[in-house]
Amino acid sequence: MDEFWSGYLWPAILIVLEIAAILVPLLIAIAYLTYAERKVLGAMQLRKGPNVVGPFGLLQPFADGLKLLLKETVVPSGASRAAFIVAPGLTFALALVAWAVIPFSEGWVLANINVGILYLFAISSMGVYGIIMAGWASNSRYAFLGGLRSAAQMVSYEVSIGFVMISVLLCVGSLNLTDIVHAQQRSIWFVIPHLPLFVIFFVSGLAETNRSPFDLVEAEAELVTGYNVEYSSIPFALFFLGEYGNMILMSAIITILFLGGWLPPLRYEPFTWVPGVIWLALKICVLLFGMIWVRATFPRYRYDQLMRLGWKVFLPFSLFWLVLTAGVLEATGWVPK
Amino acid sequence: MIVQAIVFYVLSAVLIASGVLVISVRNPVHAVLFLILAFFNAAGLFVLNGAEFLAMVLVVVYVGAVAVLFLFVVMLLDINLLRMREGFLRYLPTGALIGLILLIELAGIYASWSFGAAEPGLLAAPAPDPGAVPNTDALGRLIYTDYIYLFQAAGLILLVAMIGAIMLTLRARSGILRQSIAHQLLRSRASSIELRKVPRGEGV
Repeated sequence: MDEFWSGYLWPAILIVLEIAAILVPLLIAIAYLTYAERKVLGAMQLRKGPNVVGPFGLLQPFADGLKLLLKETVVPSGASRAAFIVAPGLTFALALVAWAVIPFSEGWVLANINVGILYLFAISSMGVYGIIMAGWASNSRYAFLGGLRSAAQMVSYEVSIGFVMISVLLCVGSLNLTDIVHAQQRSIWFVIPHLPLFVIFFVSGLAETNRSPFDLVEAEAELVTGYNVEYSSIPFALFFLGEYGNMILMSAIITILFLGGWLPPLRYEPFTWVPGVIWLALKICVLLFGMIWVRATFPRYRYDQLMRLGWKVFLPFSLFWLVLTAGVLEATGWVPK
Repeated sequence: MIVQAIVFYVLSAVLIASGVLVISVRNPVHAVLFLILAFFNAAGLFVLNGAEFLAMVLVVVYVGAVAVLFLFVVMLLDINLLRMREGFLRYLPTGALIGLILLIELAGIYASWSFGAAEPGLLAAPAPDPGAVPNTDALGRLIYTDYIYLFQAAGLILLVAMIGAIMLTLRARSGILRQSIAHQLLRSRASSIELRKVPRGEGV
């Protein structure tokens, strides 16, 4: 009995507590990201944004959530029931499980696995199924078109994301996310030598999370809202939370790959007093603000321009940069290990 | 240990069940979705065996890319479900016979397979100790050094297949409008705008 307690039960409880310690702040962050987006967009368009529910409208996300919970779940009669119900759950779950490998600070990581970055890549490449299943299962033209667009778009931009990741990994010599941050601690943040890659990754991240200006998946004007037209109530809320969760996740990945993860910007006194997790959160917030700023500023891309940008601009350039990185590392003898 | 055994049996059970469902489910889109579930569980089995790199690559390549294209094709096909069910019994004996022959052959190979004493020495390089090196590292060291020619040959075969697929589907289409970004960017004010003094009552 004692062995059962110390060998199985206690580790299980510990893991559940750790997961809760990641997920609860994450869900609150998602809720307030929706609020922040509306406030920032409002400010940029000289409006006030939500300001009625609670002080400064701070309770607005919870009011919205409660409203969605109380609505009726409608499943269209022609829909493929199982796939229709599974799709939002899949989207939401994938947005959450990826956080298992993200290091929040020195040693603060749920699963410190050897293939961390590949794990993130695998999870993000599965994200397309939630959308494509929803689009197909709804049995509606608009939803189906949205699903197909998203599938083509996410597959296209994944390729250049993969090449960007490889270029960074060449400078690290490991697939482990903690090692990536340590490599930046030893040298400099990778955003400086790899600035063009940082830009490509940020833009590809916008495309991968179906954010504006690449939100053709839910282009309101043509497709009503694309893949999630037929969804209501909790399934819709899951899609919504999944999308915002993916935004935060993408910002976290960019932070770890290019902006030094939990590292302070300078290695001197006042900066090193602040705990690493705060630095990570601050960097993520800056990137999220950038994503919202882009939404307020740029018009939506046309579909053929989107494909051209992915395949004819980003892919050749990231491939070129990969060869260049490998060449420079080899010539200067900076190859890790 | 018990936990690993439980995980193994759960993954294998789901893998086999979804494998059976892939060929028995009526709706082809559901069949592809079960295929994806099967890939995913196979990746889980890889992780259980300590082959985490293979597991992730299986998910990235097969689930993330190949199955998406499968799903695309199957969704866009116009399939009559009733017509598909008609032929099932007619082709069942032939299919079962072929399956049986393959099964017997596999069993024969498995029964007669053995390593000779000298064979391990014929390897160009032994696999590094999995405990000492992460397996991404180990795989990289083998395929980029001792097995580089085989690796490059595999790459060439894929390249040829890709070029072949492009050649088969490429056709010159006339009458489509293309956007030339360079052309648009090179336009200057002088080449596109002309200011004229228009005399009243006469027009340009």
